[in-house]
Amino acid sequence: MLALAALLLLVLIRDSWSAISTFGAGFLLSTEWNPVAGRFGALPFIYGTLVSSLLALAIGVPLSLGIAVYLTEIASPRVRAILTPVIELLAAIPSVIIGLWGIFVLAPFVREHLAEPLMEHLGFLPLFKGPAYGYSVLTASLVLAIMIIPIISSISREAILAVPRLQKEGALALGATRFEMITSVVLPYARGAIFGAIMLGLGRAIGETMAVTMVIGNTPKLFTSLLHPGYTMAAVIANEFTEATGDLYLSALIEIGLILFIISMLVNVLARLVIRHVRVPGGA
Amino acid sequence: MLGRKLADRLFTGFCIASAALALIPLCSMLYTIIAKGVSVISVDFLTQLPAPAGEGGGFGNAIQGSFIVVGIASAIGIPLGVAAGMYLAEFPNTKLSRAVSFTADVLTGVPSIITGIFAYALIVVNFGGFSALAGGVALATMMIPFIVRTTEEAMKLVPWELREASLALGAPRWRTTLQVVLSTARFGIITGTLLTVARIAGETAPLLFTAFSNRFWFEGLMQPVATLPVMIYTYAISPFDEWHAQAWGGALVLVLMILTLNILVRLAAGRRW
Amino acid sequence: MESKIEVVELNAGFGSTHVLKNITLSIPRNKVTAIIGPSGCGKSTFVRCLNRIHELVPGAWVRGRVMLDGKNIYDSDADPVEIRRRVGMVFQKPNPFPAMSIFDNVAYGPRIHRMKNIQEVVEDSLRKAALWDEVRHRLKDSPVSLSGGQQQRLCIARALAVKPEVILFDEPCSALDPVSTAKIEELILELKESYTIVIVTHNMQQAARVADYTAFFLMGELIEFGETAQIFENPRDKRTEDYITGRFG
Repeated sequence: MLALAALLLLVLIRDSWSAISTFGAGFLLSTEWNPVAGRFGALPFIYGTLVSSLLALAIGVPLSLGIAVYLTEIASPRVRAILTPVIELLAAIPSVIIGLWGIFVLAPFVREHLAEPLMEHLGFLPLFKGPAYGYSVLTASLVLAIMIIPIISSISREAILAVPRLQKEGALALGATRFEMITSVVLPYARGAIFGAIMLGLGRAIGETMAVTMVIGNTPKLFTSLLHPGYTMAAVIANEFTEATGDLYLSALIEIGLILFIISMLVNVLARLVIRHVRVPGGA
Repeated sequence: MLGRKLADRLFTGFCIASAALALIPLCSMLYTIIAKGVSVISVDFLTQLPAPAGEGGGFGNAIQGSFIVVGIASAIGIPLGVAAGMYLAEFPNTKLSRAVSFTADVLTGVPSIITGIFAYALIVVNFGGFSALAGGVALATMMIPFIVRTTEEAMKLVPWELREASLALGAPRWRTTLQVVLSTARFGIITGTLLTVARIAGETAPLLFTAFSNRFWFEGLMQPVATLPVMIYTYAISPFDEWHAQAWGGALVLVLMILTLNILVRLAAGRRW
Repeated sequence: MESKIEVVELNAGFGSTHVLKNITLSIPRNKVTAIIGPSGCGKSTFVRCLNRIHELVPGAWVRGRVMLDGKNIYDSDADPVEIRRRVGMVFQKPNPFPAMSIFDNVAYGPRIHRMKNIQEVVEDSLRKAALWDEVRHRLKDSPVSLSGGQQQRLCIARALAVKPEVILFDEPCSALDPVSTAKIEELILELKESYTIVIVTHNMQQAARVADYTAFFLMGELIEFGETAQIFENPRDKRTEDYITGRFG
């Protein structure tokens, strides 16, 4: 297992060496991606990955926690028994199929029903400047949010279940409402595991390839509007790898892979330092 | 008091709404896959080779290819993963096993596209191009950390006393592990392994530049091969309406296979425990 | 005897299990009432019905009336949150909130109920719980560092801080050593000056030492209720006598 990890890292470094030695640190900071001229910079992809993943967290985390609280504290035992596996089912759907749904259902929905009101009411913000595309960072983030909800909600649910009943009753017996009990007793008790759950979700979002590739529009630019297309590290590798003509082009793509590998491993290490040995529905 | 109650009501409402909201995409996905997929599926679709747009054709070779690539991945990944997991469970608490176990946990988070690059660099470059074998290696790389962890967990559930009972009868360590522990834990290992197989069967990214694709039936281990997920992807991003429809048909087949495996395994596991 | 709580035909249980059967009982004001009986007789469930904590367990149900100062706490317009403030509870095992300091544990209730002078309330409650001198210099510490007996007194202080009228003790000493137990019992005797107290215990000596009234429960039924001295010295029911003399339980 250690050998596998080391081998992964070695192979990535070896095959990206020509790009690393050609562009140096400038690779991380350059925004130019011009295969024809042989000039490559990774910044638009790093930027696109981070923005889409963080936006996915911003959408997915509150919903996931809401679901976790609903399933542990509010739902009747029967509803809980049905709904828990159903939400985890979402994690079993292959990402290419979520991407397919993204292309033909979600992207048109975003273009026609979500982008219009956002532009109308919040259009003064650069974040929501038109024109609106269906294939956009916003659509990609929504897809990612859908994909990380089962992960974050199921680990958070287990963390909340692990809070001793006596702790919850202690707060309720003092006249706390359910909301007060959860914010003051349950969340502080479970915060470590919930943080780990969020990190695992982030790791998943950063590394997700197919579903994002299919809806983000694949345009290597430093977008400001979320309604515009973007590009991510995983997406550019998926899209251009087989077309990469020339060793330097290929090497640059592999270097992006190396950066992606390092970032997602760091996030995963952080998550695993907090929560060991949890069952992650769907996985990476 | 009124403010506190209102906050409590709003919070409860938010939690219920979250759960309802999460169901919308799931229902929408399942509905669309079934609604658009059912009309496409026919004997021809399941058994024919793909044809140019406008001439029908099917996903037969992709279905065949998926079974082959997943089979190769399982043949490589399961023995390696189970062996490593057994080692971790039988020699816990050494520095090495703790490090390996942690690494396995972290590696379950490797982006799938990275395992594609890995298999590309290892197999495609060195053995003359895209191949079913390279696709299998890419998927095996994804599988191994999951299998390691699931094996380790299942074997750690076996009470230590059982090992001692066997050792006390004079059985050597390897016999105890293989005959007593492994056979006790086998149900858990099989369950976890099948779930992992179901998971990788839907993977696309690692196959894009390893197994690649092919318009014909399987031609050998060292030749490129079509798979269901890659075929769905190619057809989904194509410009042809007929291909889009076929992509939905492929999606229905893939989802049916994966969910059936998932549900069967879970039902079996539920009955056993 | 003036009653603080009137329990009328109370039935309760979990799913198809019927735990409490037709309990009717008056709990006198500013007295200590002990609930005794063998384990599984429903005594814990009984007190948990008095502050509407029982119903929070999935599948739990309650029927009947519990009149607190003449008003049924199970009326549809009764507010469980307010009832739990008026009827405090100390649990079997000490359950301070580990993520909060000692001070914050006691201040938790007053804060959620938007009470004033929190500093004073906390000090006053800790004094009443006979814990002030032991923790005054470490109010910011985690309660985890306290001994079991201190933690339980902290939980008593926490319950006192919301100014309840009734305090329910659910086997408060079952996890404590004899010295800590003696301190808690002493405390209960002091507290009955200002509060109505109900204590569940499986320890008959404890009931004899602290309680003015005692109720004996058996298999979910109230067998006998009366002044403690009468119950222990001159039980009317054969089953009470058997239990007290140690023939079962």
